[in-house]
Amino acid sequence: MKTVNQRAWFFVLPVLFLVAFNALVPMMTVVNYSVQETFGNNKFFWQGLDWFEQILRSERFQAALGRQFLFTGIILAIEVPLGIIIALSMPRKGFWVPVCLVLMALPMLIPWNVVGAMWNIFALPKIGMLGYFMNDVLGVNYDMTQDPLAAWITVVVMDVWHWTSLVVLLCYAGLVSIPDAYYQAAKIDGASPWAVFRYIQLPKMKTVLTIAILLRFMDSFNIYTEPFVLTGGGPGNSTTLLSIDLVKIALGQFDLGPAAAMSLIYFAITLLVSWVFYTLMTKDDQQ
Amino acid sequence: MKKRAIIPILYILFLMLPIYWLVSMSFKTTNEILAGFSLFPQTFTLDSYIAIFTDPTWYWGYINSIIYVTLNTFLSVAVALPAAYAFSRYRFLGDKQLFFWLLTNRMAPAAVFALPFFQLYSSIQIFDTHLAVALAHTLFNVPLAVWILEGFMRGIPKELDETAYVDGYSFPRFFTKIFLPNIKAGVGVAAFFCFMFSWVEMLLAKTLTAVEAKPIAAVMTRTASSAGYELGLLAAAGTLTIIPGAIVIWFVRNYIARGFAMGRV
Repeated sequence: MKTVNQRAWFFVLPVLFLVAFNALVPMMTVVNYSVQETFGNNKFFWQGLDWFEQILRSERFQAALGRQFLFTGIILAIEVPLGIIIALSMPRKGFWVPVCLVLMALPMLIPWNVVGAMWNIFALPKIGMLGYFMNDVLGVNYDMTQDPLAAWITVVVMDVWHWTSLVVLLCYAGLVSIPDAYYQAAKIDGASPWAVFRYIQLPKMKTVLTIAILLRFMDSFNIYTEPFVLTGGGPGNSTTLLSIDLVKIALGQFDLGPAAAMSLIYFAITLLVSWVFYTLMTKDDQQ
Repeated sequence: MKKRAIIPILYILFLMLPIYWLVSMSFKTTNEILAGFSLFPQTFTLDSYIAIFTDPTWYWGYINSIIYVTLNTFLSVAVALPAAYAFSRYRFLGDKQLFFWLLTNRMAPAAVFALPFFQLYSSIQIFDTHLAVALAHTLFNVPLAVWILEGFMRGIPKELDETAYVDGYSFPRFFTKIFLPNIKAGVGVAAFFCFMFSWVEMLLAKTLTAVEAKPIAAVMTRTASSAGYELGLLAAAGTLTIIPGAIVIWFVRNYIARGFAMGRV
């Protein structure tokens, strides 16, 4: 049991100051902008909650939000099962384990704009490997600058390529912590592979899997650089996810009020969903 | 057992294809790249790499990135260590709420913070310095470092602390001489994650710099757009950004699985 000690606050102070400076000050700036209108020259007028209403009603925001949920839903539906399958089929010990882990982690260490640029070149028709393969070998008409569906598939495949390893590594960490005795007992009982998965492996992976889903949700919901470099949000607006739209409004059009209101709504949604995950996670911890 | 190996092999093949493509392109001439598809470089050339290593704007991009990433890693781990210790050992007023609040910063979209950070750091006159980027990245790295370290520290029994106090150790001496060596792996993993997320983040790094501290990624976009399609150069620069990550990951390869689980296995 942990002891109650209020002086522990002193240990937390450095983090508190640093994060408060970095998070609270900018957050207050955003809140400030979100309730005001500016015509330049640093003149501001009280606007109340108009921006929030305007953003929530705008079709542009609703469309971007819809695309964002669709994107996050698709990549979670692909990456989580795929990650579990790969983790289950990985070797448990031996020379190949560190090799596998290092190679799998490699995509996650590439700067995000390089990932976007890389996939952009990779998918170029005629020149890129993927583009050449699709168009000239398979004979499919594939051009992500023209076809929204091709752009979506490329963005999703890129994200699967980039982040599935996170799920794999987390699940793998859970799996290697299972003692051999469990498997032997299951063997004696004549348990089917499904039963072994359902009653031994899955419960052991539960905590790490929750972390994986939580991290994948947060990161895919906030994704900006990779799809922006890959497709620029196009063709048209078809791959304009929330962050891309937000940066367009804030830094492109410099509409500070609407951008700030949108930021807060965006943050609130991320927070709400993450909070649900977090409560589920800590509930398990206490049991 | 043997048949199952096909799945990881296929997966790794899928991961390596775009990387191979990038590396192979970096050894091609731009003319060859634009001429059409070829699996291997026909005329092998190091021109792109030579161009990068002889041009200060290029190689300073790398140096700038490495400076702010290192600065961020030290800063994040240093402040996270005592906090993680407090969270792992004691209960105090508002500890759960504080922990969750820290994590919320990991959830904030970087796009939300880009403009306010620009204004905040401009007003305290650290815009376009390495410190600005390093500070901005602590926003998501400090919570992560606290989270990882707390997980590792929880695995160290409390008896260790108590025995040390009975033996007459003061807290600072106990922490540096006994406790830290015990969570070496955790510190390594936390540092690795700080390095990783600071190295790959682009939006804030680009927004908070102009000339003096411009990261490699920003140099890349500018050169690629102003000189048209210099794909060979772009590919070489991209390849070089993979190398630091690959080196760092090799050092933590034995802890990586547990590290990704934030010590919670």
